[in-house]
Amino acid sequence: MNSRTSHFRTADIPGFSSVAMLVFAALYAPIIVLVIYSFNASPSVAEWSGFTLDWYVKAAQNDQVVNATINSLIVATSAAVIATAVATLAALGTTRRARYRGITAIYAAINQPLMVPEVVTAVALLVVTAALKKATGYTGLGYLILAHAAFCIPFAYLPIRARLEGMDLSLETAAADLYASDWQVFRHVTLPLLAPGMLAGGMLAFVTSFDDVVITEFIKSPGQDTLPTYMLGQLRRAMTPDVNAISTALMAVTIVLLFLFFLITRKKS
Amino acid sequence: MSQSYGISVRGVVKAFGQGPSAVRALDDVSVEIGGGEFFTLLGPSGCGKTTLLRLIAGFEMPTMGEIFLDGADISALPPSKRPVNTVFQSYALFPHLTVAENIGFGLKMQGKPRAEVAETVARMLALIQLEPMAARRVNQLSGGQQQRVALARALAPQPKVLLLDEPLSALDAKLRKEMQSELKRLQQETGITFVFVTHDQEEALTMSDRIAVMSAGHIEQIGTPREVYTKPVNRFVASFIGETNFLGGEWGTGGVKLSNGAMIAVDGKGSGAVTLAIRPEQVRLCASADAGAMPATVTELVYFGTDTHCHLALAGGARVTARLQSQASGDVAIGVGDHVHIRASAAQVLAD
Repeated sequence: MNSRTSHFRTADIPGFSSVAMLVFAALYAPIIVLVIYSFNASPSVAEWSGFTLDWYVKAAQNDQVVNATINSLIVATSAAVIATAVATLAALGTTRRARYRGITAIYAAINQPLMVPEVVTAVALLVVTAALKKATGYTGLGYLILAHAAFCIPFAYLPIRARLEGMDLSLETAAADLYASDWQVFRHVTLPLLAPGMLAGGMLAFVTSFDDVVITEFIKSPGQDTLPTYMLGQLRRAMTPDVNAISTALMAVTIVLLFLFFLITRKKS
Repeated sequence: MSQSYGISVRGVVKAFGQGPSAVRALDDVSVEIGGGEFFTLLGPSGCGKTTLLRLIAGFEMPTMGEIFLDGADISALPPSKRPVNTVFQSYALFPHLTVAENIGFGLKMQGKPRAEVAETVARMLALIQLEPMAARRVNQLSGGQQQRVALARALAPQPKVLLLDEPLSALDAKLRKEMQSELKRLQQETGITFVFVTHDQEEALTMSDRIAVMSAGHIEQIGTPREVYTKPVNRFVASFIGETNFLGGEWGTGGVKLSNGAMIAVDGKGSGAVTLAIRPEQVRLCASADAGAMPATVTELVYFGTDTHCHLALAGGARVTARLQSQASGDVAIGVGDHVHIRASAAQVLAD
């Protein structure tokens, strides 16, 4: 029998796997270099002169880095909580009722931050926050938190909606049949079954917020650097390996979070 | 045995959709279900049997008509306010709860004291013989065990009526037989009114006190299993329940005259063309001199173990199936191509 089948098989294309390997190399080689150079004893980013943990120590002792990390954590955590709460309501509103006219427009509206260029959102938010800062005199982290919450909503919304759509509606019917009021149905059946989706959505929102540069750069007040904007600022002066160290640490945290996200979403099936 | 409650469905219409595209899933259905009865809604898919069940449960609201439970109108009550529980076709067990928590869910929602919930759950676990599984998650159970948990969960709050929506359809044949007698036993022990939905005529015949045969949003016939089997009112009921031979004929004196000239004695009288329903087991081989004997030719013999299905061609071309019980000798003494005589020991005139 001929080994070739009528299916489209990528294995049959000459050089397919070589190209795939090249793409992976392009994706991951720079990251590997970054990680290696974060342990480089030389202050130059271009030459290797031995192993050290100094850059991690230096970064951890730098007040600016510590402050930026605290800002990042406050903003990302608050934004993730707000975005998850709003996204949960949005997901319930778009799945727990009969399909209605204009639902596609509502999906598009909810997911708008995914499609509109981020810099446009940033400029728009800058205009509003500038006016608000002038009017209220408040210049705290609140603006950053609200702005991040807004653009993180679609990241939280998508996994929550997927979870809701995959939910067996007869479970809620059964709860109502067993004397549960509407609120009890939500509290004892819908919410516990939705929890993994909300956790996954919250984590995606957290990572997205933690990573943001563009919007933060536009609307932060002076001295309100988050970790990514601090690193960007460092780059403008002189590239030092402590940025490599911070990046590596950031990546480690992200990998752990994404791994947890994977575990949670996989469990649902 | 607790007190039993009946259900009265009066002139219920359920339409889905609106305007000219609306579909009437139920069209003016009325039925009285007695307290403590094992009542079955039987029909093919799409006949409205599940819709009727969902209306009684309160998952759907009737477009017209009323539903009474124990004399009180419950038509407008939400499901959580009806003393009626459902065993779902998919079981709909809560995957995030343990077996015990599933069974106790209804009582907990009713705000029953914790001790009472625990006591009832223990009693229910004993009833379904799943005590060792109390702390397990429901997805760790087999299909048959899940089925029993679903049953216990619905029975725990001591509903006045238990609704069962094709609860056995997901089980394999052997387990289904076991659950059939288990259900029957539970119904007799608890004395609760059971309303059972199925498309399986054998299940309906073996388990029910009474059966409502449904088709296209109507109830075609209500009766005991014996009544709907032996005295089907129309062609639909006759063909849906069991196998039936349909023979056309005309009213004559003392019976119906078939097109081949044979007279078949039936109760009642009338005039014009009629259809007779004759069950295969009512077709007997006989001697040519017997009253009502008809000549026939054996066209096919199919052996079923307990009996043999004998396909026959009558003079005039009509086809008839006879079910001949296997004798001690194990063999039917006829072969394909034989010319025999048959007669009908009973026949039912159909209203059509």
